[in-house]
Amino acid sequence: MENITSSPAVQLRGVFKRFDNVVAVEKMDLDISEGSLMTLLGPSGCGKTTILRMIAGLETPTEGDILIKGKRVNDTPIHKRNLGMIFQNYALFPHKTIFDNVAFGLKYRHVPKSDMKNKVFKALEMVRLPGVENRMPSQLSGGQQQRIALARAIVIEPDVLLMDEPLSALDENLREEMRREIDNLQRMLGVTTVFVTHDQREALSMSDKIVVMKDGLKQQEGGPEEVYNYPANHFVADFLGHSNFFNGEVVGLENKQVRVKANEGNEFIVESPGNWTVGARIELVIRAQKFKVFYKNQQPPEGSVNLLIGRIKDRSYMGGEVSYFVELETGTVIHAIDMAKLKPFRRGEDVGIQVAPRDCSLLSKTNGSA
Amino acid sequence: MQEKSWKPWALLGPALSAVFFLLVVPVCFIVVYSFWLRAPTGADIPAFQFGNYAKFFADFFYPSILIRTIRVSLETVALCLIMGYIPAYFFYQSQTKFKSLLLLLIMLPFWISFIIRTMSWINILGDTGLINYFLIKAGMLSKPLGMLYNEGSVLMGLIQYLLPFMILNIYVSLEGIDKSLIEAARSMGCTEWQAFKEVTLPLSLPGVSAGCLLVFVLTAGTYLPPMILGGPGNEMIANLIFKRVIGTLDWPFGSAISVMLLTLLVVIVWTYNRYLGIGQIFKSLQ
Ligand SMILES: Nc1ncnc2c1ncn2[C@@H]1O[C@H](COP(=O)(O)OP(=O)(O)O)[C@@H](O)[C@H]1O
Ligand SMILES: [Mg+2]
Repeated sequence: MENITSSPAVQLRGVFKRFDNVVAVEKMDLDISEGSLMTLLGPSGCGKTTILRMIAGLETPTEGDILIKGKRVNDTPIHKRNLGMIFQNYALFPHKTIFDNVAFGLKYRHVPKSDMKNKVFKALEMVRLPGVENRMPSQLSGGQQQRIALARAIVIEPDVLLMDEPLSALDENLREEMRREIDNLQRMLGVTTVFVTHDQREALSMSDKIVVMKDGLKQQEGGPEEVYNYPANHFVADFLGHSNFFNGEVVGLENKQVRVKANEGNEFIVESPGNWTVGARIELVIRAQKFKVFYKNQQPPEGSVNLLIGRIKDRSYMGGEVSYFVELETGTVIHAIDMAKLKPFRRGEDVGIQVAPRDCSLLSKTNGSA
Repeated sequence: MQEKSWKPWALLGPALSAVFFLLVVPVCFIVVYSFWLRAPTGADIPAFQFGNYAKFFADFFYPSILIRTIRVSLETVALCLIMGYIPAYFFYQSQTKFKSLLLLLIMLPFWISFIIRTMSWINILGDTGLINYFLIKAGMLSKPLGMLYNEGSVLMGLIQYLLPFMILNIYVSLEGIDKSLIEAARSMGCTEWQAFKEVTLPLSLPGVSAGCLLVFVLTAGTYLPPMILGGPGNEMIANLIFKRVIGTLDWPFGSAISVMLLTLLVVIVWTYNRYLGIGQIFKSLQ
């Protein structure tokens, strides 16, 4: 018994999926530990849905194995996998009442009538929609429908909960509320969950682990802070957050700090855990949010390190923060996002921008990234 | 506001006048005719009397044809439903790129004259037709099997005419079903067959009922298959009208039968709408 519980709830081993001549998923290895929430994150068409559908049993892998609770399920049909699925468009049965929708899975598990009633009411309470059992799905709002879909999926106590972009059909402010609801419910029930999204904010805010994908290939796997702060390659750095990229080379090493020179001429001091050698070709990544923006003749917050002078070329005010595009004397344009002050800088103003060495990261250029 | 109130009518004008002159006016003529008298000389005399209707119900001969029409129509509906649902479901399920081509093939018979299509059954079912020819050649029969001029051959002709309507109606309804509903049902423990019963079938009912109504109405009003493929005992109400109006030029009596058929169909459509909701059917087509 101990062995079974310690093995991951869901595993993919060397999974490939081809459709005719499209390779949707390539040599995918995944371990999703019991009770955790894993997010598959990537742009549209990168194979996220295909992975989810293979776990569900709606697609069969061309190659490789899928295991649920340590048992190979490649040949287990979907209705025997004990899953909960949440779809982007809610997928409530329009011709059944909310009660019958939520009770649907219980009916096929031959749960006795009285138990069924209790379970349905409990599930409706969990998604904070008690008392709607006699309504039809069309009488509920989008957010409510998705909560019913959630109730319908969890009421059967599934081994795995699979969600394919469950929030993308909702409007912005509802999305945040629903996201927290899913997050809380998942943690409360401790149900192993695979969450698919192309929205980095959703992924970062609710995942235990994020798998970043591109063109069917896993790019990086790790906790939200890890993939955000230590992107494994250019793609991950670019996809998560707004990043500035500089191609250049290592020009000096000084006690744990690396001095790099960008091709445009600017020099940066970087704190990087890797082993770097002088002359190595690198790509320097700096998150737009890591830059501080201040008046040109103001005292820079971090001393003289990584201090750049430029002119605001473009800006957009976003309420809490302001997004600036600062043109340096070398012609390089840097994207910097800083907290909005009472009076944000205007176009054409001369400013200083600065980034701390610990907020820069380096990618090796030798194994050719894009 | 002023502009809004007349614009829709102006836009509907051509369609409305077409409906009025091509449908409403002729129907009014028929209704008026049904009260006229027919002189023994064959002349039609304007009158207002119920003699034509009384004649219809004078003995059991005419009502029995009406009853037969309803029975044959119901049989056609049932057979088209069974034979139509399966191909419609197949089209819905198929992943092929040639789906639109397949649907086009369903319509293909419409490009051939209805009479030719009906007549061709004589070459298949007749005494010297395809089936008898092969069965005799194969030594399974010594003399031809009489397959024509009975209710079976009439149904055959009706089905080949009406099946495409049924298939298309059901197909459109199936196509409107979100496939993720079926996947959701499967994920909650349904086998393929259970998911069909729980989701696909109930959600395709609007198309089924639209198809059934259409097939019923078209069968009840058709005269060619019974005329070409039926025997003397397979006449339907439209054959009777045809004979009265074209054969004996008895317009008043022919009109009275037409009015009765029309009334029957109106009652059926109205009842259907009342209990199944035709509005629902149109909703499913959007
Ligand atoms: N049923 C299918 N037939 C053919 N190609 C498919 C099918 N499903 C997905 N694909 C292809 O596989 C790739 C991955 O698709 P998908 O998993 O839906 O991506 P995502 O969910 O990340 O947007 C895409 O290129 C898509 O066109
Ligand atoms: Mg997808």
